Amino acid sequence: MSEPNTMMPTPPASPLTAAPTTDGHTNGQSPKRLLIGIPKEIRTGERRVAATPDTAQKLQKLGFDILIERTAGDMADFPDARYAEAGCRIAADATEVWSHANIILKVRAPEQNEFGLLREGQTMISFLAPAQNADLVKRLAERKANVLAIDAVPRITRAQKEDALSSMANIAGYRAIVEAANLFPRFFTGQITAAGKIPPAKILVIGAGVAGLAAIGAGKALGAIVRAFDVRPSVKEQIQSMGADFLEVKIQESGEGTGGYAKEMSPEFIKAEMELFAKQAKEVDIIVTTALIPGRPAPKLITREMVESMREGSVIVDLAAENGGNCELTQPGKVIVHRGVSIVGYTDLPSRMASQASQLYGMNLYHLLDDMGGSAKFHIDLEDEVVRGALVTTNGQVLWPPPKKEAPPPPAAPKPTAAVAPNVEKKKSSAGQAVTIALGIVVFLGLAMGAPTSFLQHFTVFVLAVFLGWQVIWNVTPALHTPLMSVTNAISGIIIIGGMAQLGGNISSAVLWLCIVAVFVASINIFGGFLVTQRMLKMFRK
Amino acid sequence: MGNSFATTSYIAAIALFILSLSGLSQHRTSRRGNLFGMIGMLLALIATAVLIPSNGIAPLIAAIVPGAVIGSVLASRVAMTSMPELVAMLHSFVGAAAVLVGISNYLGGSHGLTGGDLTIHELEIYIGVFIGAITFTGSIVAFGKLNGKISGKPLLLPARHVLNLLMVLAVIVLGVVFMSSAEGAGMTPLLIMTAIAFVIGIHLVMAIGGADMPVVVSMLNSYSGWAAAAAGFMLENDLLIVTGALVGSSGAILSFIMCRAMNRSFISVILGGFGTAEGVAPGAGGEPQGEVTPIDIDGTAELLSDAKSVIIVPGYGVAVAQAQHSLAEMVKLLRDAGVAVRFGIHPVAGRLPGHMNVLLAEANVPYDIVFEMDEINHDFPATDVAMVIGANDIVNPAALEDPTSPIAGMPVLEVWKAKTAVVMKRSMASGYAGIDNPLFYKENTRMLFGDAKKNVDALVAKLRELVTA
Repeated sequence: MSEPNTMMPTPPASPLTAAPTTDGHTNGQSPKRLLIGIPKEIRTGERRVAATPDTAQKLQKLGFDILIERTAGDMADFPDARYAEAGCRIAADATEVWSHANIILKVRAPEQNEFGLLREGQTMISFLAPAQNADLVKRLAERKANVLAIDAVPRITRAQKEDALSSMANIAGYRAIVEAANLFPRFFTGQITAAGKIPPAKILVIGAGVAGLAAIGAGKALGAIVRAFDVRPSVKEQIQSMGADFLEVKIQESGEGTGGYAKEMSPEFIKAEMELFAKQAKEVDIIVTTALIPGRPAPKLITREMVESMREGSVIVDLAAENGGNCELTQPGKVIVHRGVSIVGYTDLPSRMASQASQLYGMNLYHLLDDMGGSAKFHIDLEDEVVRGALVTTNGQVLWPPPKKEAPPPPAAPKPTAAVAPNVEKKKSSAGQAVTIALGIVVFLGLAMGAPTSFLQHFTVFVLAVFLGWQVIWNVTPALHTPLMSVTNAISGIIIIGGMAQLGGNISSAVLWLCIVAVFVASINIFGGFLVTQRMLKMFRK
Repeated sequence: MGNSFATTSYIAAIALFILSLSGLSQHRTSRRGNLFGMIGMLLALIATAVLIPSNGIAPLIAAIVPGAVIGSVLASRVAMTSMPELVAMLHSFVGAAAVLVGISNYLGGSHGLTGGDLTIHELEIYIGVFIGAITFTGSIVAFGKLNGKISGKPLLLPARHVLNLLMVLAVIVLGVVFMSSAEGAGMTPLLIMTAIAFVIGIHLVMAIGGADMPVVVSMLNSYSGWAAAAAGFMLENDLLIVTGALVGSSGAILSFIMCRAMNRSFISVILGGFGTAEGVAPGAGGEPQGEVTPIDIDGTAELLSDAKSVIIVPGYGVAVAQAQHSLAEMVKLLRDAGVAVRFGIHPVAGRLPGHMNVLLAEANVPYDIVFEMDEINHDFPATDVAMVIGANDIVNPAALEDPTSPIAGMPVLEVWKAKTAVVMKRSMASGYAGIDNPLFYKENTRMLFGDAKKNVDALVAKLRELVTA
């Protein structure tokens, strides 16, 4: 591949000069107004359209004129009249659109006769999947048009608003839950009704990309309990932020690939993960799989046995159906029922919500065109990372894939922090302390008057010991209050010394007997206190 | 202490006691702390025994051996749920010993003291016996209340404050009589005072409600220390003084910590009568305020197994029902299933400071998932299920929301901020504070009625099904 600079033979103006706007459009003012053409999608079952009346209006604000093929928006519930109201011109057929427009916006890649309609120098933007469709790219290059694949827009922060894959995945994830809800014979949300208790439905979402997260959100919103699994540990937080539980396998391996996708995992990991799925399958009511590895068939994650272990009435929605499916039994484009378990293999979930999908897709295209300079300064800037990433072919040259750039490092996985409670330093009331000290001094001075020296010495020791005790005890962790109490209790058995010191003397003397009893009870204290403390402390364990 | 061996040993013993208490402040050093305490005590005993005249050795052995045996048996047999009773009983022994030592010391004569020295000596005896007597009977009553032999309800005599005041006055008057009486003739006022002090001790603790027992027990702990210190003064023994002061101040701090945990002053606890209509009527709190939503075992088990994070708030009910082992098993099941389970312990949960921690430790709950109120209170909003077991007042939102509530201002565990709060309770009866708990009527509160142990056992069985299914 050559240097980007040598790729600049396409002067910025070249696409513009190709198709003069020859018709009687009255808006023509001095800055060039490029014509955007919106043909009707010809793929069977495709309901989406590349511009809605709303996005068409927005595009006009960028200085573009819009020419839309008759009934192009019908399937997405946008009749021609709405486009007309929005200031679009309606073309009688596809040929009119293709032959007049400077820029063609489409949903699906060109097929059948559409190749023939694509003109030299014309710019076309649509989903293309260039990595999977080398032939298509070759045929497009032959037309010497400028072709951008909206699905090849790099997944960088700046280009999020142009990320049509995410838009569609978002819809697919939501719709997956709606499809599941449609087939699932129970409530999603748990309820306690007069007629009895209804347990909440349990959903397992495999793969927490945009679609997975949208499915989590929709499932949670309907009241189900949602769990999610992903090989990339970095998405744990995202999963939890959506309100689902993050399931983990016991093996430490990051499935972090480049560009936010997953990579293929080691056999050990896959084994552990399959065990997890098998266990979950018995438990959950609904499984939504969204696992894709770029450039490879979808990994088979849900086996026939797992399906058969699910309860009757359960639903599997396989969002990877188009790439072969994550479930062994998935049939792309169809819903099948296997032993009471419905398996949804629709490949057109975004198209099933054509109105919403068209609006989001239209906005992605709008943002891309805005970035490309709008109508007045429209050009293909090869230095622009976004445009360069999406550009498939220009002037007959195949420019895809773009030169590799260092992939941004995956977000640092949050360290597994155990709930470590901060050691809160207990603040002592300094005022209280001052009062205590002052009081102590006053009492001491009062006693010092006329008290014998020996007493004062003992009293000094006493006061110091009180302060010492105060200081020592303040930092005791509350969990140890009971052992502390029993140990101080044992220690206060030191009063035994008082009894012992007076032992001796006549066996008949009252002093002796009183002291024997004192020593007796105090020794119960000492032994009982220390031993029970010992017993308690042995129990405390981390 | 003419003997330098004794003096040295005493200094070593003092140092060891201080190390013992500071060792007890952390889990890591706690066992070492206890060992230091034992060594210190052993040293002190040996050093003192050496000084005893030879005809005192036999009585010493006769007294200490049965004491040691009884103490050891008590220590090894006591159930952890009965720790509060044991501690209270041990306190009464210290009190009794202080009384006996004081009286025998007075009987033993003036020890050649005269003038100011004698006056101070007699004062020391008097104070020592007074404190010892209060500790003795107070601890016995506390023991009775804790093991249920005496009703936990505060006993409130009509003129109890006046009564207390009169008794204290009598003690002072008797003290003057005692000091001014001739050598050996003061026995009568001393004994009368002892009797009055016994009554004060009984009356003081009888008036305090069961919920305030943690304060009472630590207060008695403190008293037993002061009694020992007073004995030290009269025997001119620094070891006794220092040790007594250490124990006394540590008990005082614990009482203070407990009081702060209830947002009440030490005085108000000591004066007793908590939870009765005194001053403020318990406001609207007396009447149940709405409907409670019950939940069954299955529902609770599902709630728990579906939760991401659970905080369990145990109370005295756990101790009563002996549910700690079942609870620990439940926690283990949940933790193995990936649920983050923690415990939130209110400082006055149970009937002894730190009682809950000991119970949980006994049941092998790792102490690093057991948190203090301050550490865990702000985590409730992010918690799926807060489970209250056998606790009431310490989770009562009225403490924060209703300024007329008798427990207004008391810090409580804010369980109602969790997504769901499950309250396990025997019935709708109110707690020791005798007030209704608005928590039970909150929308996100579910009541699981029944015996704590039976319920937790049932939950364990159900959870095992759910987790292994």
